[in-house]
Amino acid sequence: MSNYDKWDWDTSKKKVADLSAWKEKFPYIEELRVSHDGEKIAAIVKNEDMEFTVCIQSEGNDPETWENSYDKAWNLQFTPDDRLAALVSDAGEWKVSTDDETWENGYDFIWNMKFNSNGNIAVSAQKELLYSVVNNDTPWENEFSRLTDMVISPDGEKTAAVVESVPVLESEIFKFRQGCYSIAVNGETWDKNFMNIWNPCFSDDSNHIAVSVRTSYYDYYIAIDGETWDKSFSSVWEPRFSPSIYSVTAPVKRGGKWYLAKDGEIFWDRPYFQLWQQFYSPDGTKIAAIVAPEFGKWTMALDNNPWEIRFSEYLSDPLFSPDGNGVACLFKDKGKWGVAVDGKAWDCLFDMVWQPVFSNNGSHLAVKFKKDGFYHIALNGNIIDEKYDDLANPIFSPDNSSILVRGLQGSSYNRKVIKI
Amino acid sequence: MSEYKSVKEIEKDPKKNESKKIEDQGILKGLEQLTPEKIEIVINQVINDETGARLKVYVDTCVHCGMCSKGCHFFLSLNDPKFSPAGKVKQTLWEILRKKGKVSTEFIKDAATVAYTQCNLCKRCAMYCPFGLDVAYVMSVMRRICHKLGVVPLYIQDTAHSHSATMNQMWVKDDEWIDTLMWQEEEAQEAIENLRIPLDKEGADIFYSVIGPEPKFRAQLIFQAAVIMNAAHENWTMPSMPGWDNSDMCMFTGDYEMMERLKRRHFESALNLRAKRIVMGECGHAFRSVYDVGNRALAWKMPPIEVVHAIEYYNELFEQKKIKIKKKFDRPVTLHDPCNISRGRGLHEMARNIVKATCAEFIEMTPNREHNYCCSAGGGVINCGPPFKNARVESGKAKAKQLFAAKAKGAEVVIAPCHNCHGGLEDIIHHYGVDMELKFFGDIIYEILELPEL
Amino acid sequence: MHNFYYFATGPLAWIAFLVFIGGSIWRFRELLELAKRKDSIVFEYMDTKFALRSIVHWLIPFGSRSMKINPTMTVVTFLFHICLFLTPLFVFGHVILWKENFNISWFTLPNAVADLMTLIVIASCLFFLWRRIKLPDVKYLTTPLDFIILFIVATPFVSGFWAYHQFPGFATMTIIHIISGEIMLMAIPFTKLFHMFLFPFTRGYIGSEFGGVRMAKDW
Ligand code: SF4
Ligand code: SF4
Repeated sequence: MSNYDKWDWDTSKKKVADLSAWKEKFPYIEELRVSHDGEKIAAIVKNEDMEFTVCIQSEGNDPETWENSYDKAWNLQFTPDDRLAALVSDAGEWKVSTDDETWENGYDFIWNMKFNSNGNIAVSAQKELLYSVVNNDTPWENEFSRLTDMVISPDGEKTAAVVESVPVLESEIFKFRQGCYSIAVNGETWDKNFMNIWNPCFSDDSNHIAVSVRTSYYDYYIAIDGETWDKSFSSVWEPRFSPSIYSVTAPVKRGGKWYLAKDGEIFWDRPYFQLWQQFYSPDGTKIAAIVAPEFGKWTMALDNNPWEIRFSEYLSDPLFSPDGNGVACLFKDKGKWGVAVDGKAWDCLFDMVWQPVFSNNGSHLAVKFKKDGFYHIALNGNIIDEKYDDLANPIFSPDNSSILVRGLQGSSYNRKVIKI
Repeated sequence: MSEYKSVKEIEKDPKKNESKKIEDQGILKGLEQLTPEKIEIVINQVINDETGARLKVYVDTCVHCGMCSKGCHFFLSLNDPKFSPAGKVKQTLWEILRKKGKVSTEFIKDAATVAYTQCNLCKRCAMYCPFGLDVAYVMSVMRRICHKLGVVPLYIQDTAHSHSATMNQMWVKDDEWIDTLMWQEEEAQEAIENLRIPLDKEGADIFYSVIGPEPKFRAQLIFQAAVIMNAAHENWTMPSMPGWDNSDMCMFTGDYEMMERLKRRHFESALNLRAKRIVMGECGHAFRSVYDVGNRALAWKMPPIEVVHAIEYYNELFEQKKIKIKKKFDRPVTLHDPCNISRGRGLHEMARNIVKATCAEFIEMTPNREHNYCCSAGGGVINCGPPFKNARVESGKAKAKQLFAAKAKGAEVVIAPCHNCHGGLEDIIHHYGVDMELKFFGDIIYEILELPEL
Repeated sequence: MHNFYYFATGPLAWIAFLVFIGGSIWRFRELLELAKRKDSIVFEYMDTKFALRSIVHWLIPFGSRSMKINPTMTVVTFLFHICLFLTPLFVFGHVILWKENFNISWFTLPNAVADLMTLIVIASCLFFLWRRIKLPDVKYLTTPLDFIILFIVATPFVSGFWAYHQFPGFATMTIIHIISGEIMLMAIPFTKLFHMFLFPFTRGYIGSEFGGVRMAKDW
């Protein structure tokens, strides 16, 4: 989110758009997208010629469509730097369009649009049945017969994906077992092939890539830059790099139970029925993960110590506070959703809840949630503000004093700054 | 070529099932890479590390009474003791446990054939054995051993590989999937203007997932589902990225690590989009994998998000009057209860409610509901492909008789709300010359649906 | 002969009961241990209500479809099991032994009834034997041990009937009766005869799975 500190944190309420005008104008409107700063709202629409385009509106202006219209447009998103990006096609040629300007290069299909935090854009692309990745309009030099799971590096300079490095035909099961997949980084494959590769993940400095691989049905490894750990496991989940030092952790399965392994060795020695989504505190000193210490009972473990509280159904979106002192996540228990922080569940339960957000000083936690058909914001366990028909995730101001609320009420889309 | 014209002709058939030579490259070439030592190590690893009291009790308790024989459509069709449920255990785990894993490659060849192609894992026999011994579980253990030995029929092994590389069963590439959805959306706009198949819509009430063969071979089903969803004014979505396929051949080959990976991706696809529930197309085995087997493997007692089979969903549409029909489907229908959703989830009464709501005339097949006969295609058997097709169709003789009986009472159309059953029944209908038409509920509902006014 | 008789009715009887009870407890503990260690998930799905629902349906004659389509087997099995349990417990000759040795006694069966029940057990065993030899699917499953078990079960009844009616050689038969009865008792924990104790658990488990997860009947 660029220029985050320069956003308007003073105006308490702006009516950005009245969507009834949109509805009169367009026979077809897709899901609304709101810019991070809340100043703009946009959606894919069909114009009077029944062609796809993008309509956008900001405070004090009329709704405007892009000048170009297309046979098809999809995947409209605001980039982290608040440009509007979409995948568009004209006469069968697909391109990325940002703020109504398309890339030079066109493809038979593009998908999986990814951004780094500066707004670099990469997509997976197919042309004449060959696959590659296009980063900021520059395609890889090499193409592959199959490509999936593309990721972009934190600095935006690199893209990587799982590729079929040895073309293998359907039904060639013995060849498949020899290993026909590799990772391509900026189009260059590792010199090793594996039976399967999953979960590519860049290190924070963008210099390394870790993946899960299997070399046989029962030998699963973590591989980093093409080299596997020494020991194999009966299964593994996603690897993660430490943000501070060169080190990788991954959940590994052994003897039917899950453990957290670090750099090839079992690191958390306590066996779990399940363990995944490990994540680091910002300084890299603490690790937490979602675990099931008992069958069917879920909780968070912080440095291998599970919280006492248990949830019956699901845990998701775990995160550390920016100062690394707090851990929060969402949970689902007996059909209802809730928020848990540092081992305690908020009292209120919801029909649905979105990624929790910590304030910069770590002292507040806010979520967007849905209950009885309406959206609300909850701050530290209490509902604040009014109900909405649609809502974007809340954002704390840089000084932690207020929250940006971007919501739709009836047909008007409002941008509000609420003092805490 | 149709072989029989009536039930009687089947009865009179003197041909007994001759055990046919297996010519499956997955099994044969897999065996070449085995040694007795390797077999013993793998078997004992699976038995010691992955099984326990359940297997022991199942094998120890069996009193060899043969009550389960009539529970199995293989036995009913072929009348050969080798095909009774306990007979299959005898050819696999009894021997393995007795010899403590010291068995020959020849034994593994036969055991693999039994476990992968002569049991549909339909669990009907558990309802016929007085002790409720679950032969399907024992066959799964045998499959697990074969998977680890790399002795798996070629076709199903290939689909399991596809799952591992693409997260779907049919080698559908990421772009082909999205392209198919967009194409079906366009097609469906002929029926309803501005109809949408909303991709990756956050917070939808319904996350609709299908099996790999739908985009590959039966894309019209996606089209029909889209029309029904739109007619019912649902807030629904489908994912653009892998995770859209709810099917699971890894569950059937014995590749449980992959099954876990697949189910996790599928659940997370829906949960990351904050969907309220997953509605699945008309498929039985996929439902089993999501509702029963896969979730357990991942340590969820029940699925982390409500999973709703198409039958339950359609039933709800009629109960809540969310869709209207123009008129009832007027040809007489009969209903095949797919094992995985009747015996596997008790949806048989709801299926009958839908029949009542949509069809003018209904003729029951017997036995039915929990006691239905499997189509002989389930449990991954049809996915073992052409080498086993004849054997599979022959083991469907009991089903063919049922179909003939329903036909004699006037039924012209068989509704089978499961993909696998469709495949299996299609072959049976063709082979025995039953001459009935097969339909999904979706086909029928789509045909008689009153499209909303715009 | 007399010494042997006293050995069989004295120490051996004690041993038989001890082996039966001790062995059964040991078997159970063994399985429970194993289940806890390696199949702990089974317990998660056990559900008393659905387990009982299933057990009850399978304890009622013709309570399941399986029993309905195998009527002879159903009638024979029920009669067999009832007679197998009740006859030794309530036959006069046994109760009197309890009375003599421990001074406890209970209801006894009229001799004619006990006789009939004994014959039912013997006839059932013959029926089972016939099945094992004649029905191809049962024959395929049958192992030598199955015949031995059948023999172990039939012998106490045949010999008891023989001895009671004082057919020629009944004295020897009495000893055979006692010893075979004790063998049967001791065999229970270590052979398939243990199925009687496992029935509630296997049935209860599948009943729980069907009732609680699959939401379907299992009978
Ligand atoms: S699970 Fe089904 S196919 Fe397999 S043995 Fe039992 S009844 Fe037969
Ligand atoms: S009915 Fe049950 S106990 Fe009898 S042979 Fe079959 S599996 Fe064994």
